[in-house]
Amino acid sequence: MTKKQLVKDPLNLIITGVGGQGNVMISLIIGNAFVREGYFVTLGETYGASQRGGPVMSHMRISKETQYSPFIPDGCADIILGMEPVETLRMLGRYGNPNVITIINPRPIYSIDVIGGQAEYPDLHKLVESVKELSAKTWIINATEEAQKMGSHMFANAILIGALVGSGVLPLDKKSVEPVLREVFSKEIEVNLEAFNNGIKLVKR
Amino acid sequence: MANIDIDAPGTSQLLIGNEAIARGALEAGIGFAAAYPGTPSSEILGSLAQAAKEMGIYAEWSVNEKVAMEAAAGASFAGIRALASMKQNGINVVSDFLANLVMSGIGKGGLVLISCDDPSAISSSNEQDTRPIAKWLDIPLVEPGDFQEAKDMTKWLFDLAEELGTLCMLRSVTRIAHARGNVKLGELPKKQLKAYFDQIHDLKSVMPTTFMPIPSPLRHFFLHMKMDKAREKFEGSAFNRYVGPNKADLLIITCGSCWLYSQDAVKALKLEDRVGILKLGTLWPLPEKFIGEHLDKSEKLLFVEEIDPFLERSVMEMVANLPPSSPRPIFYGKRSGHVNAYGELNPDLVIKAISTILGLAYQPRDIEYRKKAEAFAKSNVPERTMTFCAGCPHRATFWAIKNALKLDGRGGVVTGDIGCYSMALGPTGFFQVRTMHCMGAGAGVANGLGKLGQFGFDQPVLAVVGDSTFYHATIPALINGVYNQSDFILVILDNSATAMTGFQPHPGTGMTAMGEPTKVVSMEALCCSLGTHVEVCDPFDLKGTIATLLEMMAEGGGAKVAIMRRQCELVRAKKEKPPYRVHVDPEKCIGEACGCDRLCTRVFLCPGLIWDKKANRSKIDEVTCTGCGLCVDVCPQGAIIKEAV
Repeated sequence: MTKKQLVKDPLNLIITGVGGQGNVMISLIIGNAFVREGYFVTLGETYGASQRGGPVMSHMRISKETQYSPFIPDGCADIILGMEPVETLRMLGRYGNPNVITIINPRPIYSIDVIGGQAEYPDLHKLVESVKELSAKTWIINATEEAQKMGSHMFANAILIGALVGSGVLPLDKKSVEPVLREVFSKEIEVNLEAFNNGIKLVKR
Repeated sequence: MANIDIDAPGTSQLLIGNEAIARGALEAGIGFAAAYPGTPSSEILGSLAQAAKEMGIYAEWSVNEKVAMEAAAGASFAGIRALASMKQNGINVVSDFLANLVMSGIGKGGLVLISCDDPSAISSSNEQDTRPIAKWLDIPLVEPGDFQEAKDMTKWLFDLAEELGTLCMLRSVTRIAHARGNVKLGELPKKQLKAYFDQIHDLKSVMPTTFMPIPSPLRHFFLHMKMDKAREKFEGSAFNRYVGPNKADLLIITCGSCWLYSQDAVKALKLEDRVGILKLGTLWPLPEKFIGEHLDKSEKLLFVEEIDPFLERSVMEMVANLPPSSPRPIFYGKRSGHVNAYGELNPDLVIKAISTILGLAYQPRDIEYRKKAEAFAKSNVPERTMTFCAGCPHRATFWAIKNALKLDGRGGVVTGDIGCYSMALGPTGFFQVRTMHCMGAGAGVANGLGKLGQFGFDQPVLAVVGDSTFYHATIPALINGVYNQSDFILVILDNSATAMTGFQPHPGTGMTAMGEPTKVVSMEALCCSLGTHVEVCDPFDLKGTIATLLEMMAEGGGAKVAIMRRQCELVRAKKEKPPYRVHVDPEKCIGEACGCDRLCTRVFLCPGLIWDKKANRSKIDEVTCTGCGLCVDVCPQGAIIKEAV
């Protein structure tokens, strides 16, 4: 079997969500898996707000040729992994294009602006429809809900990694991601591997 | 994730710039590292401290940046290669020592200063370019253009510092320091280090070795000679290079992360044959010969750099000194308005500058799509203001302060400082904080306010400060308040960690950077020794805390101290399960019909407690709630129920 190739060089991946959701961890796992496969990876992360409930995004640029900058230019995302629906739409507004592929966890995290009543959280159904309309392809993965069934919402991250890998949009397979998962989740590896495999199943359903 | 001390030369690792710098220092055979945490610099010392035992080196979190730099200089004087790292604000704190150190020179151990700037002040109070200090104080300065260079330059800088006998500085910015990229590792040294303060280094000299800035004019002259030598070294450095055609329509001069943005921009515009890039790694003293050799590449020069026009002005000075017959290029950059002189840059801003100068159109995505995407995002994406985490003790402290000030009724003023609690300027801290500047400034400003009684000032003054900031820069201001009898309460928010920057230990935690147990420098013992009134509260005891603050505000008699002690929720949650299971009783919560006007959600604003509009009731978000149970005491109806887990 020949190794899968990048469909585009650089491949621009955005991982987005809310501070505290585990955005940085997902990007680290995917990024490390790529570096071990011999790719150049540049990874830019929003820090500062990363643990204070602000919007967070990681920009990943994957290339066989060179080290790109840690910023994806506007309108140039290839794949968006959205851990939260509103944040996914925020990213599409700036980085989306007619070819973008999205994988979205539709579980809202309310901002204090919404909680306080200064802002309104959009209707979830309409929100997901907008994401679909702006994407060439959308996978909806109920990662939080599935994770809660497994005992904790924390497993949503491994589910989403599974969905990203299982979707086939990246030239990465299960075998190249698993060893990195084992290093990162050294304590709760079995249940996280199960979540990862669930993610693969969910995206293929 | 990354272990910077892995012995795997030749392998590629995904490292953040800070880890790459730390690895470079290890490869250079560093023996001593000191720093005070500050985003985006913290992981340099953090990762060195993690590797310290294995590598046989020493790493410490110093009480502040000045002490860190001085301690590192001490190691250099005894022949040990040493590093001090800090964010831009740290450079201000350490500048007095630096101004003397450049005159005295360093010891036999190479001494390197790492300064990480935060363009756009993403995690800072201010935006500030630290490169000018190199020009101001005569310090050889380099800046890495990618992650590999972050490692390689750091390693090289120790050799350079030793050869020149002067402090050398590496400037990095957030998008190198905190971004990740490929770094090919080099060899780790295996030699044993030996420290000795050699008091007579030269048998011909009758004078013992001294490190001092006097006689200053002579030392200053020597320093300039060192800088001339540094310039010679820089002229031939492989960290400076030109990429592009022999004759270009535009020549970009750039450094740091802007080197990456410039390459991205030229590629995006497909201008590889028309635009050249002169990438500088050694910034000061300016490698004038090297730059001069490339100036005729184009009549148009564009400077792409963050934050100040440092290269732009320096190259302008250089060009002004060229013979009259030399070509006079047109300068584009911050002065011409093509590049912002504030905020961080990115590939799009560079694309815009190039296309404006060359009169090109750039359209990365379909216009109709763009309009639709922007419209959808604009009408459907609510604001997401930063907030204290669910369960954060600061929310409780500011709730207590807000209520105490209201009950006191004299219009009390809160001065603020640097840390997570700076967010109390906004809704998450109920807009309680009125001033915020540098570390320790809140207590300093309170000293002034607290002495205005003779002018009719009777508003209570509260200076809030974090535990780490207290040790860093607040103690002199407190002593001043006791000595000069300034009426303010120093409210120390002791969450037992330097939380904003990643939970680093500090003198009050009983733990060193290398994970060794150590003496606890007790803040209450220290404050009590000043002979002033000191109280310790648990901010989760809202009633008790409010009562204590009220009593202290009524008191007078100079500066007093109230310590709000409760561990950072993020630290607690790593070790323990949540203390309570919390839920809202939908029978007791009467929603908008309650006279409280949605106190729990509209005002208290904990992200773990949300408003269910359809049900007209408050509701716990089980994904975000940490089970602290504080909101139970906020609800006037007793509708929020906590059950011990």
